[in-house]
Amino acid sequence: MESQLPAEFVVNVDHEKCRKCKRCVINCSFSAIEFKDKVTPNNKQCVACHRCTTLCPESAITITENPLDYRNNYNWTPEIRKNILKQAESGGIILTGMGNPKPYPIYWDHMLIDACQVTNPSIDPLREPMELRTYLGAKPDSLDFEGKNDNVSLKTELAPQVKLDIPIVFAAMSYGAISLNAHKALAMAARRMGTLMNTGEGGLHEDLASYTDRIIVQVASGRFGVTSKYLNNSALVEIKIGQGAKPGIGGHLPGEKVGEDISKTRMIPVGTDALSPAPHHDIYSIEDLSQLIYAIKEATDYKKPVSVKIAAVHNVAAIASGIVRAGADIVMIDGFRGGTGAAPMVIRDNVGIPVELALAAVDDRLRQEGIRNRASIIVGGSIRQSADVVKAIALGADACVIGTAALIAIGCRVCQKCYTGNCAWGIATQKPELVRRLNPEVAADHLCNLLTAWGHEIQEVLGSLGINAIESLRGSRERLRGVGLNQEALDILGIKHAGIGQ
Amino acid sequence: MIIVKIDAKGMHYRPLNKMIREAVAKGEKEFELDNVGGQRYIGDGLNENVKITINGTPGNDLGAFMNGPKIIVNANAQDGIANTMNAGEIIVHGNVGDIIGYGMRGGKLYIKGDAGYRVGIHMKEYKKQIPVIITGGTAGDFFGEYMAGGIMILLGMNGKSPIVGDYVGTGMHGGVMYIRGKVDPYHLGKEVSCLELNDEDMKLISGFLKEYCEYFGFDFNEVMSGQFTKLVPLSHRPYGNLYVY
Repeated sequence: MESQLPAEFVVNVDHEKCRKCKRCVINCSFSAIEFKDKVTPNNKQCVACHRCTTLCPESAITITENPLDYRNNYNWTPEIRKNILKQAESGGIILTGMGNPKPYPIYWDHMLIDACQVTNPSIDPLREPMELRTYLGAKPDSLDFEGKNDNVSLKTELAPQVKLDIPIVFAAMSYGAISLNAHKALAMAARRMGTLMNTGEGGLHEDLASYTDRIIVQVASGRFGVTSKYLNNSALVEIKIGQGAKPGIGGHLPGEKVGEDISKTRMIPVGTDALSPAPHHDIYSIEDLSQLIYAIKEATDYKKPVSVKIAAVHNVAAIASGIVRAGADIVMIDGFRGGTGAAPMVIRDNVGIPVELALAAVDDRLRQEGIRNRASIIVGGSIRQSADVVKAIALGADACVIGTAALIAIGCRVCQKCYTGNCAWGIATQKPELVRRLNPEVAADHLCNLLTAWGHEIQEVLGSLGINAIESLRGSRERLRGVGLNQEALDILGIKHAGIGQ
Repeated sequence: MIIVKIDAKGMHYRPLNKMIREAVAKGEKEFELDNVGGQRYIGDGLNENVKITINGTPGNDLGAFMNGPKIIVNANAQDGIANTMNAGEIIVHGNVGDIIGYGMRGGKLYIKGDAGYRVGIHMKEYKKQIPVIITGGTAGDFFGEYMAGGIMILLGMNGKSPIVGDYVGTGMHGGVMYIRGKVDPYHLGKEVSCLELNDEDMKLISGFLKEYCEYFGFDFNEVMSGQFTKLVPLSHRPYGNLYVY
């Protein structure tokens, strides 16, 4: 039976302007444009990835939302009806990509940053040094020194630290979810900018072997590509327990995406499904987690910090406390808006909590327990702009991760079709003819530009706050004020309402 | 050949394993650990083809991330043996605990006695790396859950019943299990099918079992005289039709 789903988008071709070069036909990876004497759209296939509109030399193509795909109804929205139709036709779980797009409150946009006026001078970052450097890893409870006078040295043995020149790290995205060219771009940019990229759970491709000091290697429940060599060839090791876009569920890279190269990095046969079970079946408790943390520390001779990544869920503060006590050097919290290559829509759109609240709760809890120094906190799950980074650090984060923002910088149009493997921009695809559309050198330049720009912006804000190092902002919630938030949200965030002074 | 002897009595695992790592780095090839009592992570992450004999009961995660060594345990062993192991050999002259061979990708794990729950979960294989787990006694629930590759043989030599617990091979999408005896269908996961062994299967298992019997002194002919059941996944993509795009 032919699907009765109406088209979501309408492709409009201005045939007056069109010179029939067929570039749109060649470029459309979703079969939404054919050539039958003239450029002929197949609206039902269009996902609004904007490849054709961007590349049409005559700007002859526009894409609009189908004006009356579904009769208007505030309750039975087009999306809800589309999903019902799809499931009535298939019986399947609705799969989707990228982060939660629903209009939940965005707490970043309800927090405002302080600035200096008259009584305390601001600093001009154009003329004075501004420090963005951050060290990830466990910090000691106290420092002991030996020697005296001019010959003093540190006696305390420090846990391994990883230096970041900017407190923004590229998020975990596996080779498999994204293309090798995208991975190369992230690795090159991480090296140039003094930050890190993350393999996700897909193993490490041999082409990235020279970037290992800039790479976070992930150990997830499927243990794909995890060997002692993999653990040791890294900046740090991350145990993935959860992901913001799909808390509590596993991963599933379909067999058709497991080609020769992905088979090599994941170390599984070509064409088999790469299933990551929902839990690690050797971790059913904090004690079990501790066992894996120390198994990794033993395998890396205690030279690599070990991070534990969890999704932001209701009880995140207690969980994070357990993670720190289990021996993790870094806790990575991924908020419910975090992206994904593929997740059931019901999970992505309804499970988890905002990272802003999770971060505030975790930082509070670790401080109350006197263990905040024992681990760095990294947050992600929709860090969209430098202001979000500044606010996250003021709430208590050591660093942020960006995934979707990084992909947008290299061409992603947020069409949310990552799971189809047809990404027209060569990012979320393994098809060679699509992958080669993404030039890793150019993409790396774009990523570096983005981080450079955000770095400057963060420095501007620090200057206006009258401080000259990101360290001075960390956990300084007094420099934030809330607008349009109720008292409970203000209390959780640990900030005052705008209009309240010291 | 000099055997490095270490008395592990009362030692924490950290200095013990450091000692082993440093000796391996210096080129030592053979170790004998006496009085081992629960020290975790022995052999963890070692990449060299060394031999470690353990007298006593090693702790959890024995041979985790291991890539080459041969470990002989002259006693029982605990949980998490051969966790994400890539290559090597572990021989246990006794019983073992839970989650052995989790995510194991290569090498051999031979157990004389019983194994606990969750044996060989997400065991996988890659090209010539085909991991093998042979358990001489019985095994608990979730045997071969999510199994993606490799070979598991369960012998039930001690005659205990049932030979294996529930949910055998739930989510299995690769590899093969041979169980010496009948497995009632209600023990099986939904993703598994039961087959009879053909000549190739017999050839395959007799190769491994010959070696196994030599280690533990079992009578090879007696082992082979049992009726084996072969379990394979119904599909390599058990969840392929679960989603709609």
